[in-house]
This record gives sequence, C-alpha cells and structure tokens, in this order.
Amino acid sequence: MALEPAITDIAQLKDRPEVAALLAWNAAAVEGAKLDRGQLIVWLHRVALREACLTLKNDPALAYNALADITCVDWLPREPRFEVVYQLFSTSKKKYLRLKVKLQAEDPNIDSLTSIWPGANFFEREVWDLFGVRFDQHPNLARIMMPDNWEGHPLRKDYPVEGYR
Amino acid sequence: MAHMTPTPVLDPSQDKTMVLNMGPQHPSTHGVLRLLLEVDGETIVRIMPDIGFLHTGIEKTCEAKFYQQVVPMTDRIDYLCPMTNNLAYCLAVEKLLGLEIPPRAQWLRVLLNELTRINSHLVWLGTHAMDIGAMTVFLYCFREREDVLRLFEAVSGQRMMTSYFRIGGLALDPPLGWLDRAKKFLTRFPGNIDEYENLLTSNPIWVERTKGVAYLSPEDAIALCATGPTLRGSGVDVDLRRDLPYTGYENFKFNVPISKDGDVYARYLIRVAELRESQKICMQALEGMPEGPTKADAPHVVLPDREKMKTQMEALIYHFKIVTEGFTVPEGEVYMPIESPRGEMGYYVVSDGTAKPYRVHMRSPSFANLQTLRPMCEGRLIADVVAAIGSIDIVLGDCDR
Repeated sequence: MALEPAITDIAQLKDRPEVAALLAWNAAAVEGAKLDRGQLIVWLHRVALREACLTLKNDPALAYNALADITCVDWLPREPRFEVVYQLFSTSKKKYLRLKVKLQAEDPNIDSLTSIWPGANFFEREVWDLFGVRFDQHPNLARIMMPDNWEGHPLRKDYPVEGYR
Repeated sequence: MAHMTPTPVLDPSQDKTMVLNMGPQHPSTHGVLRLLLEVDGETIVRIMPDIGFLHTGIEKTCEAKFYQQVVPMTDRIDYLCPMTNNLAYCLAVEKLLGLEIPPRAQWLRVLLNELTRINSHLVWLGTHAMDIGAMTVFLYCFREREDVLRLFEAVSGQRMMTSYFRIGGLALDPPLGWLDRAKKFLTRFPGNIDEYENLLTSNPIWVERTKGVAYLSPEDAIALCATGPTLRGSGVDVDLRRDLPYTGYENFKFNVPISKDGDVYARYLIRVAELRESQKICMQALEGMPEGPTKADAPHVVLPDREKMKTQMEALIYHFKIVTEGFTVPEGEVYMPIESPRGEMGYYVVSDGTAKPYRVHMRSPSFANLQTLRPMCEGRLIADVVAAIGSIDIVLGDCDR
C-alpha cells in the first residue's frame, strides 16, 4: 500500500462538503486545507474559529455536533509557533474533521469553545497547562495536570525532557 | 491539580454549605481521583474533580523515543486495557507509514482486543459492585479475570503490561495450543456472565441503588464529550468498531447495545451486554482465524525473526539499523480513534520525517468522561457519587497520562 501524496491545493478540495460549507460561510477565514492519508484538515483564522464551529455544528448536512479532542503542537523555532488542533465528530454521520489554528509565539491566545461544548473545559485547561496557550472566556483556566505553583509549560519544545534541575 | 489547597468556595454571608474532600486516597475513587464536594446537608451543590496526581508526562517522553520504543509507554497509560492502547498507537503509525497488515495479525489483534475488553469490564464490574456493597461479584469477576491474564501471559510473557502489538503486526505468533486454551475459556465464559447477572440484575438492593441514579441526558453527554458506554447509556448510538471499522472489524458480526435510560443501571446493563458481544466476536475470530504471517512484509520497519537475524547477513543489518537508529516515518499527521472499553481512545501522531515522533497526543476516554460527573451528581446525595464514579468506569492512569 503506497502512500498517496497529500492534496494541499484548496481549489481541488472545494468540492468536499466541509470545505465548501466553510468557504460559503466566510472564505476569508479559511487559510488552507489538506487531505492527507484520507483525513481532512482545515486551517482557520483564529478569530473565526468559534463561529466556524457553530456553522459546522448547525449545518444539517454536516452535523459536526461533538468535539472529540483538543490538543496543540509546538513548532519551535518556526513561526507561527503554535498550532491548536481540534477534532470534531458527527455522531449521526460518523465522520471526523480536523480544524487547526496557527498562533504566534508572542500572543498565544484563542477563543474558548466552552460556550459551544462545555466538555472543551478539561481539554483547554490541559493545553494551557502543558503549552501555555490561553483560552479567552474560559470559565476556569487553571492548571490541570501540573501543580498550581509549577513554572513553565512542559510540552513546549524548549522545555527539557528531564525538566529543569 | 488545580486545587492542591481547597479553594474557599464558602461565602461567609450565606453560611449554608460546606466543602467535603473526597480522595485522593479514597477506595471508591478508582485510583487517585480527588473530588471537592460542596454540600448542603447530604445534597451536593457543586462537584469539582481534581486530577493530575498520576501525571507522568508520557506525551513528553514519547517525543524522545524511537517510534517502536513508544509501544511499551502506551501500556502504562490505561493499565486495564494495554492491548487497546498498543493497537491505537500501532494503527496510527502504520497509517503514517502506509503499511499493510497481514490478515492473521489483524484477526489476532481483534481477538486480543476483545479479550482485553472482557478483562477491563470484569475489573469494572467487580469494583463497581463492591463500591455499592456487593462483595461476592468482585471475587467471581477476578476469578475469570485471572484466566484472561493467564492467556495474556502465555501469549506475551506479561500479565498486564503486555506490549504484544508491534508496528507492522505482532511480536510473535501465539504459542502452540494457545488458541485452544482461549477457546476453552470463551466457551464457558457465558455461563460466568449468567452468574454475575444472577447476583445483580434483578437484585432489589442493586436496582434500588442504581436505577434512576446519576441521570445523564443525551444532550449533556454529547456536549461534555462523553464516549463509549457512558454515551451509549444515554441513547446515542456510536461505536467506532462498527461505524469506522479498523483492523478488520468489518468482518465480524456483533450488536451495539444502547439504552435510553441514562442512569447507572443502564450503563451497567450495557457493559454486561458488551461482555457477551465481546465473547461472540472472540469466537468468530477463533473460528475464522486465517493462516499466514503475523508481521508485515516491511524489513525496514519490522524486526526480523531471531532465527533469520542469526543466519542471514541482510536480516542482521536491518536488525542493527532498526535497533540503533530506528526507522523514519514520512512527514504527516494522523488521528486514529478506536473504541476502547471506556470510549474513544484516540492517538494523534505527528511525524517530521525523522525516527522519533514529533508529537504524540493521547485522547483518553477517562479524561473526557470525568466531566460528566457534574450533571450526574449535582442535586443528588453524597452516597450516589460512588455509584456515579463507578458507572463511568474511569482509570486515573488513562486520565492523567
């Protein structure tokens, strides 16, 4: 089974219902799309994320009504440094969609999704704790894995694997 | 661990409630879960889970290991279903590599995965029943669990931290006679399930303690990212084995039990029905077990057999290269969700083209399911908290990673 090359051209992907719906909603908010190993990824502008999730959730043809996961990748030393990764799931269509938002190192801030999915609470606290990405309008953005008085964010690439000694 | 020191939730002007600390050393919190309960008399006003006591930074450690060295780390996340974690990780890396797995390895993976589900559900049933007060069920469940662990030991050399699945297949073919041993156990297992059900299903004390307790509506379950039996107990019909089949699940016939009741009793019935379905899947796997290799034909990824390594120059070179410098994985990223006994176990693996994963993230079902405690418990009695925790079947190692 040879790997097929990933499709990164948004013009070729605009027939996919998810991409088409997002482009129809706000073409300026879609920064890119990629189909890699059968999995669809859409990059969004950070101010558009919450509205885009609402669009995907409320569109009856897509019905991405559940949030499966939130995580983050630190691309140090590349800029934009952080990439927050959202996995959406549709419990009726049984499909996954990955949304990504790029964040600059000096201003890692993004809107919280807790108003759409209260379950985003723990995931966002985890990303804040381990990566230092802040979620605006989060009800309780406290550390969740590390102790309260911990310094630094362990999953950042500039944090040593053995910790500071 | 946000609440290392109890946060003062008391408002002195309205001195009606008090804060009760439960855990982290409480026997019925299934590990090191700490709950802060704000109570008004016996009624819970607010419940705040405090987790992180078992956080060992596995995601960070994975970034410093070769791809094949990550497999033993995944056992230690959810110590009740090691094979499920192995499988999710291996499937993610195999998808990144574009590897094809031979049918015998796939069927053995399904068989072992379902045995793991039986093992995990038996521990859940025993401890859940003991929390509520039925001691005998615990002893019965652990009797059968011991049989499953012996099967694991025979196949992998380890009872709990099996690390039996490898990227590209299995570590070894099962030893001679192992399939017959598995069949013997699986043939008598439905009788054992009847035994547990005789003790619980229509037991008036059990029904009284579980029916209508800790209700979770389907809307809340979806909004709070619940998965697995916790979600199906509220009437949402999602099972990734059937909906997005992986490792050959499309070849097996099984039912997905769901219930609309959304209480502890519904989740109990679903898991017991899943025990029966898992037994059926295992029997189908044993009956149709194909012959053939258990490793993919990919010498740059899969370690050669010991025999070949000692007799053939080329195999020795591959062995040396894989062990010393690992194997490279093409750039890309994959999210691989599978149905673990607790719900959606997803591995998000990012590769930058080197021999070590750039990022491994585990989406663990316990972590997300824990959030459903709030709608389940608020407004109910303290005694029901124990039943609610048991019914979502959390493993704190899975939760904290």
